[in-house]
Amino acid sequence: MITENFRILEVNLSTERSAIKNVPGVETVLGGSGLAAKLHLEYSRPGLAWDDPSQPLIFAIGPLTGFFPLMSKTVCAFTSPLHGQYAESHAGARSALALRFAGIDALVVIGKAERPTVLHLGANVIEFMEAGYLWGKDALTTGKLLRRILKGSGHRTIMRIGPAGENKSAMACINVDTYRHFGRLGGGGVMGAKNLKAIAIEGNNALELPAGKEYANLFVDIYRKLTDTDMMRKYHNLGTASNLEALNELKALPWRNLQATSDPGIEGITGERFADDTLLRNAACAGCPVGCIHIGFVREKFHKDNQYLYRQVGYDYEPIFATGSMLGLTHAPDVLTVMDEVEKAGLDVMSGGVALAWATEALEKGVVTQEQTGIDLRFGDAQGYMRAVHMLGGAVNDFWRTLAGGTTAAAARYGGGDFACVLGQEMAGYATGEVFYVAQGLGLRHSHLDTGAYTYDQSKAPKDVDKALAFLLEDERERVILTSMVACLFARKVYDPETLRQCLTVLGGQALADGLDDAAARIQKLRWQARAAGGYDPMNVRIPKRFLEVETWKGRTDPQYLEELRLAYAGAIREMCGQGDVKPA
Amino acid sequence: MKHLVASRMERCIGCHSCSLACARLVHKCLSWENAGIRIQSSGGLSTGFTAKLCLVCDPAPCAAACPTGSLKQRKGGGVTQNKKLCIQCGKCAAACPVDAIAQDRQGNPYVCIHCGSCVEFCPHDCLEMREAEG
Ligand code: SF4
Ligand code: SF4
Ligand code: SF4
Repeated sequence: MITENFRILEVNLSTERSAIKNVPGVETVLGGSGLAAKLHLEYSRPGLAWDDPSQPLIFAIGPLTGFFPLMSKTVCAFTSPLHGQYAESHAGARSALALRFAGIDALVVIGKAERPTVLHLGANVIEFMEAGYLWGKDALTTGKLLRRILKGSGHRTIMRIGPAGENKSAMACINVDTYRHFGRLGGGGVMGAKNLKAIAIEGNNALELPAGKEYANLFVDIYRKLTDTDMMRKYHNLGTASNLEALNELKALPWRNLQATSDPGIEGITGERFADDTLLRNAACAGCPVGCIHIGFVREKFHKDNQYLYRQVGYDYEPIFATGSMLGLTHAPDVLTVMDEVEKAGLDVMSGGVALAWATEALEKGVVTQEQTGIDLRFGDAQGYMRAVHMLGGAVNDFWRTLAGGTTAAAARYGGGDFACVLGQEMAGYATGEVFYVAQGLGLRHSHLDTGAYTYDQSKAPKDVDKALAFLLEDERERVILTSMVACLFARKVYDPETLRQCLTVLGGQALADGLDDAAARIQKLRWQARAAGGYDPMNVRIPKRFLEVETWKGRTDPQYLEELRLAYAGAIREMCGQGDVKPA
Repeated sequence: MKHLVASRMERCIGCHSCSLACARLVHKCLSWENAGIRIQSSGGLSTGFTAKLCLVCDPAPCAAACPTGSLKQRKGGGVTQNKKLCIQCGKCAAACPVDAIAQDRQGNPYVCIHCGSCVEFCPHDCLEMREAEG
């Protein structure tokens, strides 16, 4: 049910004290992205370093979380180790429902634990568990041990970090319940800086529902739309991995550090190949009947007497791009094996894969030496990458420590910036053209999900800066509503504004429903203001040369269109960042 | 009399749609726990998910343990529930050999009454209403 205020749990790791706060703003910022930006503006200290203990780590859900299907995501917000500014990363699994049933709209973690700590929360528990014995453990082992240690019904989420997070890597993810992640922009590093190995949240309370049949009927309606249409099929059939073949066909799939955009090796890593040869089963985020999570299976002979070990690895389009085509690996089991090591290290798979691709080309070109890397890397050599993943996660020497701070930081130190595939952060797997490069390069989260720019590139839209700009701004505004609810973006076709209004109204949020459009524009601005508070200037973002050399089905990148769109988008962002209700630094 | 069977749990994706449906439709609340069926990841050597669900005992140990008659033997196995008679003693939950009865933080027991409302919300037909054998 829609409440008058947000219920926020603030946990201070330094003092081991907590507070429940009633925070106003439900009608103005809704929840999720809006709430996260609001809280970050209130809690963060823009003048201080990202790893200053006072900086907040925020997890926020929305007004519809748990009440409707696919309202299954959590927004994590923090000051990024990568750029020192506001960052948002989204994930599902059981995190959103666990927060809902713990009875809070957001968790704000401040301070720094004296020793490695596991934070154990729930509707009736706030516990700081000493966890020195977990420090150094990989992200998968940590999850297994915590499942054994924590009592209770098991209706909980376990969000934890691996060695990369402990080393405060800007590429460290927060692993959520094994198969989902707050992947991008270094949230894992923020937990590491707080000595926080894991957060376990028990969803052990029930909530009221509206009286009458209206709610249950609306639920059924939406549930049917989500499960009866083709939409479900696309995501649970081959899943996002089906895009590999399509993008390779379009000459838009980055291969070997984006030195090519298509390759016959695709045959070994298509969605069909993964499904036919490796797919073990599907899984779902709690509250989602679609079940898009694809878990692949790979076995490995470790002794000549037919002794095998096996790995179960969640795969998707992006991880296959990052550890497959980008590294020149064309054998699905190899890709899964490298992915599994990435999981253990607790790295963001996209950043990790793209960073390793850069390191490989840098070695090839003599920009860095094997003495510096301590390992030879070659495109297509899975064994090398399996080891390199842990060198990166472990920040084992000067070179890997520098690279853990981002490929841009490494290129600034060693050279090779021209071929660093970085668009604000390491690129997502879309070499689709100018609009995507500008969108990820300048976008709020530097994520392929900020807008559907890669789809726009693939449409028949003319090279028109005004039209592209209008698309970027409009699409971001539409998505901001969904990420404030917080919906899975796969459900965006079903949750159109009218349906969202019905959902809010049935839960007693008539005012939220009426003000939805205004809220969208307000939250869009608010997030940019949160980013600007950290000193973001979109004008300073440059698109590396490698992107200008890309050739797709449309031909080569058009440098003029790219530059004009970059300037136009940067100008529009600056406007949104402009004076408003930003708190004084 | 038909009863609920989780007969195809190998297909389960762990979405909790069934538990949420039972809580929503039978117990009129939002919960993944206050429900006749509850889903857990199996862990260990097996993979996937298991359902905690009433196995329709006849005679039912939970009904025998219930001091007030809140839970009563159901024809064909399992129990019927009269929430008004419940004193939150927890004897039923303790008596169930397969942990099919959940208790909320107030001690109220949740057990499947085999109404079938959850079945249509399982996206992979893991659940079915089946006629009692013999
Ligand atoms: S709740 Fe447990 S004890 Fe009672 S009938 Fe079902 S399985 Fe048997
Ligand atoms: S059959 Fe009815 S009581 Fe049993 S779990 Fe399904 S919805 Fe709940
Ligand atoms: S609804 Fe079906 S697939 Fe989902 S958790 Fe229940 S049994 Fe499993």
